[in-house]
Amino acid sequence: MATETRTARGASVPGGSSFSLSDPTVRAVVYQILVVGAVVLVGWFLISNTLDNLARRSIATGYSFLEREAAFGIGEHLIDYSPKDTYGRAFLVGVLNTLKVSIIGIILATIIGTLVGVARLSSNWLIARLASAYVEIVRNIPPLLQLFFWYALVSDGLPPVRSALNPLPGVFLSQRGLIVPAPSADPVWKMMGIAALVAVVLTIAIRFWAKARQAKTGQIFPVGWTALGLILGLPLVAYIAGGAPVALDMPVLKGFNFAGGMVISPEFFAILTGLTVYTSAFIAEVVRSGIIAVNWGQTEAARALGLPSGPTLRLVILPQALRVIVPPLTSQYLNLTKNSSLALAIGYPDLVSIANTTLNQTGQAIEGVTMIMGTYLSISLSISLFMNWYNKRIALVER
Amino acid sequence: MKSGILAAAAAAVVVTAGAGAHAGLLDTVKSRGFVQCGVNAGLPGFGNPDSAGNWTGLDVDFCRAVAVAIFNDPTKIKFTPLSAQQRFPAIQSGEVDVLSRNTTVTLTRDTSVGLNFAPVTYYDGQGFMVNKKLGVKSAKELNGATVCVQSGTTTELNLADYFRSNNMEYKPVVIESEAEVNAAYFAGRCDVRTADVSDLAATRGSVASGAEDHVILPEVISKEPLAPAVRHGDDQWFDIVKWSINVTIQAEEFGITSKNVDEFVNSKNPDILRFLGTTPGMGKALGVDEKYAYNIIKKVGNYGEIFDRNVGPATPLKLERGLNALWTKGGLQYTAPFR
Amino acid sequence: MTDNVQHVGLPDERPPANTVGPIAWLRNNLFNSWYNAILTVLVLALLGSAIPPFLDWLLVKAHGFDSTSPACRQDTSGACWGFIGEKLRFILFGQFPWNEQWRPLATIAIFIALLLASCDRRFWKPWFGLVWAAGLVTVGCLMWGGVLGLTPVENTLWGGLPLTIILSVIGLAVAFPAAILLALGRRSNMPAVKVLCVTYIELIRGVPLISLLFMASVMLPLFLPNGVSIDKLLRAQIAFIMFAAAYMAEAIRGGLQAIPKGQYEAADGLGLSYWQKMIKIILPQALAIAIPPLVNTFISFFKDTSLVIIIGLYDLLGTAKAALSDPLWRGFYREAYLFIGVIYWIFCFSMSKYSQKLERDLNRSHRR
Repeated sequence: MATETRTARGASVPGGSSFSLSDPTVRAVVYQILVVGAVVLVGWFLISNTLDNLARRSIATGYSFLEREAAFGIGEHLIDYSPKDTYGRAFLVGVLNTLKVSIIGIILATIIGTLVGVARLSSNWLIARLASAYVEIVRNIPPLLQLFFWYALVSDGLPPVRSALNPLPGVFLSQRGLIVPAPSADPVWKMMGIAALVAVVLTIAIRFWAKARQAKTGQIFPVGWTALGLILGLPLVAYIAGGAPVALDMPVLKGFNFAGGMVISPEFFAILTGLTVYTSAFIAEVVRSGIIAVNWGQTEAARALGLPSGPTLRLVILPQALRVIVPPLTSQYLNLTKNSSLALAIGYPDLVSIANTTLNQTGQAIEGVTMIMGTYLSISLSISLFMNWYNKRIALVER
Repeated sequence: MKSGILAAAAAAVVVTAGAGAHAGLLDTVKSRGFVQCGVNAGLPGFGNPDSAGNWTGLDVDFCRAVAVAIFNDPTKIKFTPLSAQQRFPAIQSGEVDVLSRNTTVTLTRDTSVGLNFAPVTYYDGQGFMVNKKLGVKSAKELNGATVCVQSGTTTELNLADYFRSNNMEYKPVVIESEAEVNAAYFAGRCDVRTADVSDLAATRGSVASGAEDHVILPEVISKEPLAPAVRHGDDQWFDIVKWSINVTIQAEEFGITSKNVDEFVNSKNPDILRFLGTTPGMGKALGVDEKYAYNIIKKVGNYGEIFDRNVGPATPLKLERGLNALWTKGGLQYTAPFR
Repeated sequence: MTDNVQHVGLPDERPPANTVGPIAWLRNNLFNSWYNAILTVLVLALLGSAIPPFLDWLLVKAHGFDSTSPACRQDTSGACWGFIGEKLRFILFGQFPWNEQWRPLATIAIFIALLLASCDRRFWKPWFGLVWAAGLVTVGCLMWGGVLGLTPVENTLWGGLPLTIILSVIGLAVAFPAAILLALGRRSNMPAVKVLCVTYIELIRGVPLISLLFMASVMLPLFLPNGVSIDKLLRAQIAFIMFAAAYMAEAIRGGLQAIPKGQYEAADGLGLSYWQKMIKIILPQALAIAIPPLVNTFISFFKDTSLVIIIGLYDLLGTAKAALSDPLWRGFYREAYLFIGVIYWIFCFSMSKYSQKLERDLNRSHRR
């Protein structure tokens, strides 16, 4: 690029006194035209090659395959799926599986990470050392290696399905995963879900109202307790109103596998454990630096003002710590979501694995890879948009 | 630092100069000095590096036959191990000249994937392998089983079709790498492993101890003719690959082996004289050396030798000829005449 | 000894026994409150139940590196290090021809020597770039062969630790200049350049590395003109370079943002051109600040090279997996993963310690 400037500067434009390359604005325009031109040229080169290659090898293009019958089975699905369904639906199954493992992973990693981060600052020497060791070991070993290890541990270390461990009645642990009793299907569960949703909406409304009232009258409304009561209470009411069903779907060994109950497959367990453990080490560091960043004087000042320790933490320390924590935490959440693509290596049917099968079966590599990238980009963008919004909300308003 | 990297990059970029119909892959291969062959990264009996890094297997030997036809030297070849996912882009893009990687001939691969298939080198079919302890005698008893299958293969689709048509349920464990699928099966993650029967035999044969604990069920649920492939657009190259393979079949039919081929050079049979190039014409028509058939038999062997050496009863795979016997012996291996 | 000096005054009292010594230490660090005491006891119990069996397996009941001993394979109560003994060279060097394996070994040694030397700030001089270049050329000759009487070795046979190091170091070296340009572009006043750089960086950072490797593995061949092909290793390397450039650009951008505005204004005031200003004033300072995050990027990059196993290359993790798929040695995954885990850990941990030390040093010099 440096050479380009020199030639651009050296070239004289005949008869243009107002148009001079030594003028920075003109140079900027020329520069940009050159750069954009180069990018367009390279892009055109690649695209024309691709089109030429596709045509020459008569490879099919377009997304019409999404409506064709997928004809392959998927081990785990949150929505109904059978090989009769379309590639489109198969992909949706994959996306949901990715979201499932990412969301659960994010929650668990945050909990474990926070605990470990706090433990590293503990005054208990043993606990602090143990937490440091955890962080330093986990952080410095490739996540894929950890994943393989967890998977091998489950599929090799546990007994075969016929001699499954049975630690609690109805709970079985074997190479086929963890099988636990699940509540039998009942309309009550749906009603409880709706009730919980209503409770959340109500809580948000009450919070707004309480804030407005506090601003006007100074009276404090116990939002926290009300919210807790609502979120636990409403579903409970729904449960009792629905006749409080207690029937459990107990797993039984039938033929090759357990039938009934809820299954946590070895693949899901391995990918979830791998992601959680790996990311929690990074979150621990984020939390630790967040806590260190808040000056001890802040606590003392809050105490001096007569704030009890609960509100001190909630109104003084946390808001400041969060400001430091949220941006790196966001990128850890994004990393976890992206790392969930490693599922491919151990056979958990996430979106990459399904898209990979699809592109193998249809031979449409470009469409397959585009779908993977597009989905991840939208997930990443939504997480970062949300976190940016949240970050802005809690950011320090500078004068 | 940059110049070193540039040199490295330049060395790694292989320009195969226009694989179009006019340029001719044969000339490119000749000037390059070796054949590029895509093989399985690790399927004992078909494509597998031994511990010294030498490639062995049925698919590998048919590639060697092509190299011998052109260079009279089975070492003038470069093997590229390919995963199921990579194999088609590799042959399409010219990264390899021949794809000899236990690939099933199908209509879509012949058309929309843009391949031309040489004669079938191994007639196979998909089967199931289970642990003897399960006591399963037929694939029809597999309702509810957990099945280990490799992704990106026709196997995955046949499996779904078979269970669907028999009204049975199954739980797939789909993993991309062959080694991982096998590891999962042997660890007990699945009840059943499904793949081409030859593949199952190879897998079973590779177990150090307890191979007899696993049985391959009698049902063969699909047709899997495995054949080497070249890409569309170069007929001469296609012909060379095709007839190099035919040589091995014809040789077995004539009873010519790598040991006794010299006795046949002055045979009384005009067919054999033409075949071995004592009477010239065939090699020239193909664009290779007149003695190419002689060289292939001498250096690689006939079909029976290749089969026995890699997958036959004396190998850990212990496969019978079955469908792969010559047509004269009740099998399907049959070649068009050399004239 | 003769000591004629008279001690004046009373000798110091010894501190009370409960504030010094091991007991006090225990008291202050492990049992300073009732819940800490409980936690300590719980943790000790946990460690007590976990560590002895692990040590048992690791050392006491373990079998040595002799791979021929049959007890090794049958007795699962102890580690079978015979597995590592048998597969050591395969795991470290992959399928590199057996008799030539001193070449990848020399490659590893050269890389480690270069990396160690690079840690010393006395070597942060332009001439050291030449040392690196010489090192890389030597490595190229060693690995490819074909010169000085070395047998040529196809890069499809490369594997193990050298491959891991080559992918990460070459990726870093090539991506570095690109990352500087991207970071400058992202902070540029020219809208078109800025938009392009931001789009590239965010696009790459928004997708998982696997999808880039897929792209390199199955799509790249379609992007190239008919008849041109790039081998698998270089394709993976390209994916890594694209990936590294985006992440390093963000690290460098952090450095650029940390430079006070006055520096820019002063350079402008001197009448320096944009490139003069950047090369002579801004970048030297920004890069120095960016080194710790760059080292961190390199660490994650080093770990990420293990993903090439998914597109069928045999890096350190790949060779370990391949060794495990040997039917004679199935089920020794604990030994294999522990072994390569330790190798990865040594590399990553020492680099992260170095980056922390560097960060402290830089902070100190900033504080003055």
